Amino acid sequence: MARKRRIERWVAVSMLAALTLSACSSDNDASSIGPTGDPVPGGTLKIGTGADPICVDPNQTDLTATRDILRQVADSLVDADPETGEIVPWLATEWVVNDDATVFEFGLRSGVTFSNGEVFDGAAAKAFLDGVDALGGRAFNASSYLQDYAGTEVLAPDRVKVTFDQPNASFLQALSTVNMAVLSPSTYQLPPEQRCLGQISASGAFVLDHYTPTQEVVLTKRAGYAWPSANAQHEGEAYLDRVEYRVIPEAGVRVGSLRSGEVDLINQVPQQDEDVLKASGFGVTSTNNPGTVFEYLTNNGSPILSDERVRKAIQFGIDREEYRATVLLPRYNLATSVLSSTTPHYTDFSQYIKYEPEESKRLLDEAGWQEGPDGIRVKDGKRLSLTVLNGHGSGSDSYELVAQQLRRIGVELIIRTVSRAEMLAALDSGQYDFVPYGFTRADPAALTMHFTTKRNNPLRLPPSELDTYLEQQAAAARPEDRQVAIDNAARYITEHALVILLHEQSVAHAHSDALGGLRWEPGAQVSLYDAWLQR
Amino acid sequence: MTRGPVSTTAVRDWLWFLGGRLLQGLFVLWAAFTLVFVVVYLLPSDPIRLMVSGSGTEFANADDAALDELRKQYGLDQHPVLQYLHALGDAVRGDFGISIQTGRPVTEMIGDALAETAALGAFALLIGLVLGFGVALAATLTPLRPLRQLLLSLPAAGVSVPSFWVGLLLIQYFAFELGWFPPLGGKGINGLTLPAVTLAIPTAAFVAQILAKSLATTMAEPYIEVVRAKGASRAHTLFTDALRNAALPLLTMVGMIVGNILAGSVVVETVFSRMGLGRITYEAVNAQDIPVMLAVVTFAATVFVLLGIVVDILYPLLDPRIGSRVRRSVSAGKPAAGKPAAAALSAGKFAPVHQVAERTAS
Repeated sequence: MARKRRIERWVAVSMLAALTLSACSSDNDASSIGPTGDPVPGGTLKIGTGADPICVDPNQTDLTATRDILRQVADSLVDADPETGEIVPWLATEWVVNDDATVFEFGLRSGVTFSNGEVFDGAAAKAFLDGVDALGGRAFNASSYLQDYAGTEVLAPDRVKVTFDQPNASFLQALSTVNMAVLSPSTYQLPPEQRCLGQISASGAFVLDHYTPTQEVVLTKRAGYAWPSANAQHEGEAYLDRVEYRVIPEAGVRVGSLRSGEVDLINQVPQQDEDVLKASGFGVTSTNNPGTVFEYLTNNGSPILSDERVRKAIQFGIDREEYRATVLLPRYNLATSVLSSTTPHYTDFSQYIKYEPEESKRLLDEAGWQEGPDGIRVKDGKRLSLTVLNGHGSGSDSYELVAQQLRRIGVELIIRTVSRAEMLAALDSGQYDFVPYGFTRADPAALTMHFTTKRNNPLRLPPSELDTYLEQQAAAARPEDRQVAIDNAARYITEHALVILLHEQSVAHAHSDALGGLRWEPGAQVSLYDAWLQR
Repeated sequence: MTRGPVSTTAVRDWLWFLGGRLLQGLFVLWAAFTLVFVVVYLLPSDPIRLMVSGSGTEFANADDAALDELRKQYGLDQHPVLQYLHALGDAVRGDFGISIQTGRPVTEMIGDALAETAALGAFALLIGLVLGFGVALAATLTPLRPLRQLLLSLPAAGVSVPSFWVGLLLIQYFAFELGWFPPLGGKGINGLTLPAVTLAIPTAAFVAQILAKSLATTMAEPYIEVVRAKGASRAHTLFTDALRNAALPLLTMVGMIVGNILAGSVVVETVFSRMGLGRITYEAVNAQDIPVMLAVVTFAATVFVLLGIVVDILYPLLDPRIGSRVRRSVSAGKPAAGKPAAAALSAGKFAPVHQVAERTAS
């Protein structure tokens, strides 16, 4: 105990002096921390979350931390295996997809009820899909999953047929996400604003008791729950009686609250605190986000960056090993493709993302950029100077490092810290060179978010075979065909350096040694269904 | 402070004066509202994009049709001038619309938050006044020169330390180490103490600075020398004769002090995970939630204006010299609102009393 105190004090000092701890490699297996023996039911789990949920409707929210809360409250038609991405049963027990991925027929589980007593059946499934579709732009992720939705037909009380006007091969994966969680038919009758404030009923293992904006969300156990997803480790009701999420925006206070026993689990663990928490007996569990890696969205229409040789030179000019050693933790994976290694259909394309400064210099010479008086290359009197717009409010040291590295090959990188609003506006107007980005989705369809020229094309890409590959992957009902299309798309993006790729994104939660049974769901969400507290 | 019988002319002058101040106040409110509106529209971004943009490094690729539909829902597709007139008209009726980010009625959000911030602010003000008076009085009374210098340097230190740092420090020791107070939110005095102390430090520094300076001036006044010559002790003179006069300039600073507390609540409420106006402001600015920003600024401006008027009413009651000057100036000339205070003063014409008082105090 005395030792713990001392460490606590030391952490306080380091936190207050804003001292960044360098990571020492002790890659503890997170699952080794926690209670032993058989799970016992009961208890209240207190969680410190970094972000106000803002809107507690799974269909409407786009915030990762909010989706984490609502995963406990609402079930989905299907789930996905967190390792392989394979679609597994949940509220739907079986499904048939036609050859061009436009018609999906589902057999539904019987005996499922919503927390307000309504029954889950074919009509409820139809009410759900129609309801999400009706949200339109209010449900940004969910409505993009339902693009070209033609309608749902109830074939029998336990059978529905969903039809699309265009192929939608990622629909099953989309259905497994929290954004496509099923709410009760009467919930879809309420105005979207009321749903946001917590007037929702769903079929999950926990029931949303209340949400106090900027303060807390409280969940209680759903009595009689008996329909967990195929990923679950046990059957029947959840172990925990009650879950209380406290909003703690300040990272230092969040970590301190965990250390002092005020809460048992926190999210958004600051990188510099991970090893210290581990060293003092707390569990740190992390996962690599599926979807695209952390990348610099690159304006392919700008005068300098429209030259593929310049983009490639920058791709080869970044020393990612040094980047990981300096600004990340050893557990991070470096980018080996535009998709992270935890995304289904991922293939390694690291031959296009290597560190080769000599090749960078050669490419820049070839493109006509000659070394200028201050070491920055010049062409026709113009300096090779590019700007990255950081609108994420953090990570400034990582941009400084990239700027240093690029300087070595004669490229100047200016870092402009801007508001999130300004960053988004720059993407819309095309007034940017680089914007840092990463999109989490447990399906390679994540690529369609920015790489298609058919929508508003923030990368300013010229139409190319990439559009064809992206359409092919959307239309491919058979996994083998989809693999080919995804590989073609990912190869095209990396080979032509359409974006600058850095590392796979990762999220970390930390918990006390009394908490067991935390389980990662695909999309870097945590499930509390199997979680239990030792008392 | 005995006052003669109040004549009807005096009352009429007084009402004229009050009416002028109210009009001025309304102008300030309108100007604040308009300025925020213009600034928000000059910002190079779109609240609807922010609303649907997700979190972290993630943001959805905008589908223009869906965005347009949302803009329509929030009336953001209209011409800015129309939007402005609309918002102004609603605001006059006390309706600030629906928050873009949360979907809640703005007046309801502010109402919920106001009670929390008011309790926190009042407690902080109390602590700040006690601490500030304590430091100023101690500095004036102490015979030891080094100690006085030390005490007089405290206000500068007090306004220099960042609140978030003080807050984290207090949480670390008094909540996590000692467990005396809850680290998060918390109701009642127990939950309020740490955030109130954090918020009170700059307030105390402000009060101490002004009071110490004003006490130094007052203690050098001839009438104090007379009292001292009659044999009264320094402490006795300070408390019975100097303090009341010296404290008057503080009254003119009430607006500033309350303003500082409101501004400080942005940081303090975030560090202590509290609900309140500051927190709402922070979130609204981040999300560019126009209705909430307009409401918060209008509310803050209203507080300033009302406090200014209250001070104007109170001051002549506490300091008869000011009262007579106002009456004189009102009857001497017609109201000339909007002119710079200094010019108005030197011309011997109408000026808001707190500006007169500031000049007399300095």
